[in-house]
Amino acid sequence: MMMAEGKKSGFRGINIPSDELLNNCIHCGLCLPTCPTYSLTGLEKSSPRGRIRIIKGVAEGTLSISREFVYEMNFCLDCQACETSCPAGIKYGSLVEAARAQIYQEKYEGRLAHYSKKILLGWLFESHGRLKRAARILRLIQTSYIQSLIGIGKEFRVFPRKISNSNSLAPKISKSYSSDTLHESITPNIHSRYKVILLTGCVMDVAFADINEDTVQLLLHHGCEVIVPREQQCCGSLQAHNGDIASARRLAQHNTELFSRYDFDYIVMNSAGCGAYMKEYGEIFRDDTRFAEKANSISKRVRDLTEFLNDTGFHPALNRNENPFFGKKVTYHDACHLVHAQHISEQPRKLIKSIAGIEYIELRESTWCCGSAGIYNITHYNDSMQILRRKIDNIKQAGPDIVITGNPGCLIQILHGLNQEKMHIELLHTATFLRRACGV
Amino acid sequence: MIASSTLSKLKSIVGQDNFFDSPEYKLVYSYDGTPLLSQLPVAIVRPQLKEQISSIVQLANNERFAIVPRGSGSGLSGGSIPTEDSIVLLTNHWNKILEVDQRNLAAWVEPGVITAQLQAEVESLGLFYPPDPGSAAISTLGGNVAENAGGLRGLKYGVTKNYILGMEVVLPNGDVVLLGGKSVKDVAGYNLKDFLIGSEGTLGIYTKILLKLIPKPEDSSTMLVFFDRLTDAAESVSDIIASRITPAVLEFLDNTTIRCVEDYAHLKLPTAIEALLLIEVDGHPLVIKEDVDKIAVLCKKHHALEIKIAHDTEEAAKLRSARKVAFSALARVRPTTILEDVTVPRSEIVSMLDKIQFIAKKHSLQFGNFGHAGDGNLHPTCLTDERDISEIHQAEKAFDEIFTEAVLLGGAITGEHGVGLAKRQFLEKLTPSPAIEMMRQIKKVLDPNAVLNPGKIFSLKPHCEGPMPKNPEQIKKYLDAGAFT
Repeated sequence: MMMAEGKKSGFRGINIPSDELLNNCIHCGLCLPTCPTYSLTGLEKSSPRGRIRIIKGVAEGTLSISREFVYEMNFCLDCQACETSCPAGIKYGSLVEAARAQIYQEKYEGRLAHYSKKILLGWLFESHGRLKRAARILRLIQTSYIQSLIGIGKEFRVFPRKISNSNSLAPKISKSYSSDTLHESITPNIHSRYKVILLTGCVMDVAFADINEDTVQLLLHHGCEVIVPREQQCCGSLQAHNGDIASARRLAQHNTELFSRYDFDYIVMNSAGCGAYMKEYGEIFRDDTRFAEKANSISKRVRDLTEFLNDTGFHPALNRNENPFFGKKVTYHDACHLVHAQHISEQPRKLIKSIAGIEYIELRESTWCCGSAGIYNITHYNDSMQILRRKIDNIKQAGPDIVITGNPGCLIQILHGLNQEKMHIELLHTATFLRRACGV
Repeated sequence: MIASSTLSKLKSIVGQDNFFDSPEYKLVYSYDGTPLLSQLPVAIVRPQLKEQISSIVQLANNERFAIVPRGSGSGLSGGSIPTEDSIVLLTNHWNKILEVDQRNLAAWVEPGVITAQLQAEVESLGLFYPPDPGSAAISTLGGNVAENAGGLRGLKYGVTKNYILGMEVVLPNGDVVLLGGKSVKDVAGYNLKDFLIGSEGTLGIYTKILLKLIPKPEDSSTMLVFFDRLTDAAESVSDIIASRITPAVLEFLDNTTIRCVEDYAHLKLPTAIEALLLIEVDGHPLVIKEDVDKIAVLCKKHHALEIKIAHDTEEAAKLRSARKVAFSALARVRPTTILEDVTVPRSEIVSMLDKIQFIAKKHSLQFGNFGHAGDGNLHPTCLTDERDISEIHQAEKAFDEIFTEAVLLGGAITGEHGVGLAKRQFLEKLTPSPAIEMMRQIKKVLDPNAVLNPGKIFSLKPHCEGPMPKNPEQIKKYLDAGAFT
């Protein structure tokens, strides 16, 4: 590392932002127009190039980890649109995540933020059983008159803003969870061509059990034997993106050990963030000689649902008369962690367009983040809503009947935007759209 | 040193919210797109009104500090890198398209409007703003005017200066003046508007720019041609021009670049060929067809290996991507990418490329070449690593020789990036001294206190702008190795 004389790096321990990546940035600025936060402020420090430079400043010991540093690292959505535009191929996401890990590890944030993260991500999400119990309580609130009380409370500003905001952005908890309702092994009626593991996920499991069900039905229809390992946990991405690397690694290790016990061809994901993160398992344990190979063997078999279906020749068995979407205008929003992190953009479009009788229209700025970004819409409500507005304006301009996307975070966020604007547009996960279109 | 009382005055001019001087802010405004150079400013200001800019410039004259204007900071010659005792003045937030006048084919814009956004906006109205620098997705029009930016369409459509009708500008003494206007002809006195184009922020700060627009070409056709030998490609270019065809785009990639592009983007390009040409003709559909046929015949005459012609926009985009990703493909090879922009008369392209190849070999450096074959503007790109001191020193020597050769062949050291800091030593070495002296005198008369971007283009004597802005840790090692002297 090129260090200013007598200066010491401000980073310590493991999870230090990679020197190699920091030095490979050619500061050309081509990332700037793709960055949602730069477009909000117009300030270099909230651009990927600026953030890389201040991370480098801390690494070189010319900057300290200040309040401003922490703010900028957390202001970033980690949407990784900059990676798509970067001529030098810098893995910016891993730099910001490493910087956040440093912030978390050294408790540079306020105590409240640090311990909220610790409880929420490290404790609650680390045990899926705990999460399910908490979800049941949340569902009680959502389905009882407490909900209307919160609504009234919001009017009169009884609750702190963050609580009433999180209430309206909290996912609607499903009646039953797919980890309870789905069998551990489900076999198709037709000849089984692939054996796939389904990651039921954390949020997907408790709030989008129906989408998991749609996914299973599609996979069966495609000739897959579906395995739903009972003891699976959250993939670890939420923790990693927010700096809690230790918890993320524990979860990744658990899932790797668990999945390795099964005989399977692919792990199929219907959540963009989880897919992106599980594809990194190999990289995360790169230095762990004992475990690296195992993790890598898992990563190599991770596929997004659309990636898997398209690459294995999915054909919608379609009865034209039964297609409920016949004559509908359909558009697609690219989830950041599909298009930018996994470079998956062609596959879902091909699948959607394969449904006869629909009119596919391209959404302007379809690869621009919707502002959901994990828990960003709760931690940075106002910024997130400004980013959402841009997405909603683009949807308005396109004027579709149906918007499709492949990630639970985007579903929650865009639905919030559509509801606020009282727009009557159907919002569907790609799995749901395909299942219904195929009538399976 | 800028006195703290001066900084307080600055703060009161722009307001607390538009004045920044934290270590983080200073660091992120210490660089632009130029490799190797950086220096911390004393502060950063974000003026909201032209009157504020005027007051800042007056204050700079009274209290002697320098102002470095900055748009997106994507320049490649160091034009927006701070000099000693300077403040950075941001203009990127002035980003409104004020008027598109369809009757006079003109548009008033603020200097922070992004080039590509303006293009998209006017094209939606059936109009066209041709200057198309490689960084159009992020470059600001203010920066384009300051550097007189070029791009891919130079051959047929010219460069930024051909599309500027007028501007509102804050002069080095703080006066605000409107130059030019919507009338096509204007010979009332010295041509001051053109004089300010390409002045690299040393003679004025634009607050509004009046652009000339033209009707959007009806149609276009794209073709990609492969050549076994570089000379065949060059001969084809000469023959196309000699046959009175003026393609909108006439770009070339050399073998190194082709191989890097193929490694990176897998476009199924033949990697053994010495050159490829990307050719685009636009205009009336009938003329286009005729031109494409003629070009194909000419290329075949010069032993073209394969000619690919796009049949629709999707195919055209595919063919274009070979040129489009050239920079990205090269930038990935090594950590540091030094992209230069020498020009030579079209007829000398082959000699220039031969010279570059020879020089690269002599200094054991890796060079990729691509560029605007149609207008003789080449991008010799050195793939290196700024941490390797001796290699950087070799690169410096190599560029010195390349610039010298370009001038000997009747060309220029920079075709579109500007001189800024990165090339001022070469400008001083390779420009006739009366010309440099004239530039210095003009600067001295208009900006006697050297407040606007001093030390850019040429050094001021005595060196009032301070030493070249290098990272402190960098400069010592380079000097020890004998560089930058």
